[in-house]
Amino acid sequence: MLDIAVAYNRYKFLGNEFLTWLWFMIETDQSLFRQHDPDFLSLTVGNRLVLENTRNNAKETVTIKGDNASLEEGLVALTKGAAVTEIHLSYKTGSQKWEFSLKGESLNISNLKLPETGPIETPDDLEGVVLEKVYLIEKVIGFINNLFSHFIHLRLSNTWQNQTIPRIRKWATSN
Amino acid sequence: MGLLSSRNSITRYQVTGQLDGSVHETVYQGLKQHAIPKIEDDGSEATAGWTSLETPYAPDFEGYSFVFGTYMVFALRIDKKSIPPKLIKKHYALNVAKRLADTGRHYLSGNEKQSIKDHVVNTLIHRIPATPNVYDLVWDYDAASLWFFSNLKAANETLETLFVKSFNLQLIRLFPYTTADRMAGLSNQERDVLGKLEKSRSKE
Repeated sequence: MLDIAVAYNRYKFLGNEFLTWLWFMIETDQSLFRQHDPDFLSLTVGNRLVLENTRNNAKETVTIKGDNASLEEGLVALTKGAAVTEIHLSYKTGSQKWEFSLKGESLNISNLKLPETGPIETPDDLEGVVLEKVYLIEKVIGFINNLFSHFIHLRLSNTWQNQTIPRIRKWATSN
Repeated sequence: MGLLSSRNSITRYQVTGQLDGSVHETVYQGLKQHAIPKIEDDGSEATAGWTSLETPYAPDFEGYSFVFGTYMVFALRIDKKSIPPKLIKKHYALNVAKRLADTGRHYLSGNEKQSIKDHVVNTLIHRIPATPNVYDLVWDYDAASLWFFSNLKAANETLETLFVKSFNLQLIRLFPYTTADRMAGLSNQERDVLGKLEKSRSKE
């Protein structure tokens, strides 16, 4: 086991590649998501996408913000070798909707908005609301964990370099 | 920021190790022993301790009130005093002027200036109330999983330290490497590949 701080910095790229792959899958093949969640309805890029390109010790950052913003600039950045470092997502199952941001380097979740839960009107309501919130958080974290797990097996196989990278490159250049 | 807020930030952890004896009783004892003090310690810049989800300003863990179904839900409270730099500057200037006037000198030595500054900070810290910050956490003991409702580095570091001290269990933060290594069910061969993995070359 590597030292935690060393491992964090050494493998930041892995989280960024996960988010890049996730964006690609969102745009090209959502059937995978259904395999990991039978209730799955949709996963879309929300109102923020950040890409970073570190070449020749220089860092270029492209930030796309706003509802329904065009992501073309992000695709151009991808073709130049950038990776997604932060993505805001909207995840829907049945009538429920989650919104959240994921950071590549830490896989931290931020700005998580859960589907509506019942109000706390009396002290007796607290336990029910807590358990409902925990269930809803577990649902989205479980979904992300499953996708990351799928990604990491793919990433550690030869398929990644031989098939996935060319497919991502083709998608980025053809849009 | 907390579990019941309309927006959440979450840092995920794996909990390693096992508690001896009854889980709820051991956690209760740890929470009680390391609860945030009810009476503010006027002299310290920051105080951290456990508190309850429902009453964060009056910690209460009686009756295992931190148990919600199969989860344990409580909070880390960090009370911090921060003195505005301009306030230090003002009181420092007043104290320096007074010292010069009292001694009839035109200059103060470096040591004297530092001593005045320390005195000013020390005096102000006793007069300024601490600002409390409460960060909830959800601990699923059976799944060895913990969610901490903050992404702030300092809050996470305080959590990691206090958790070990209170329960004698380690928290492993789940970021890309640790998630891959500990949560994805990798084979030995995959783990070897992970150990040597480099950034993809997506552009030729």
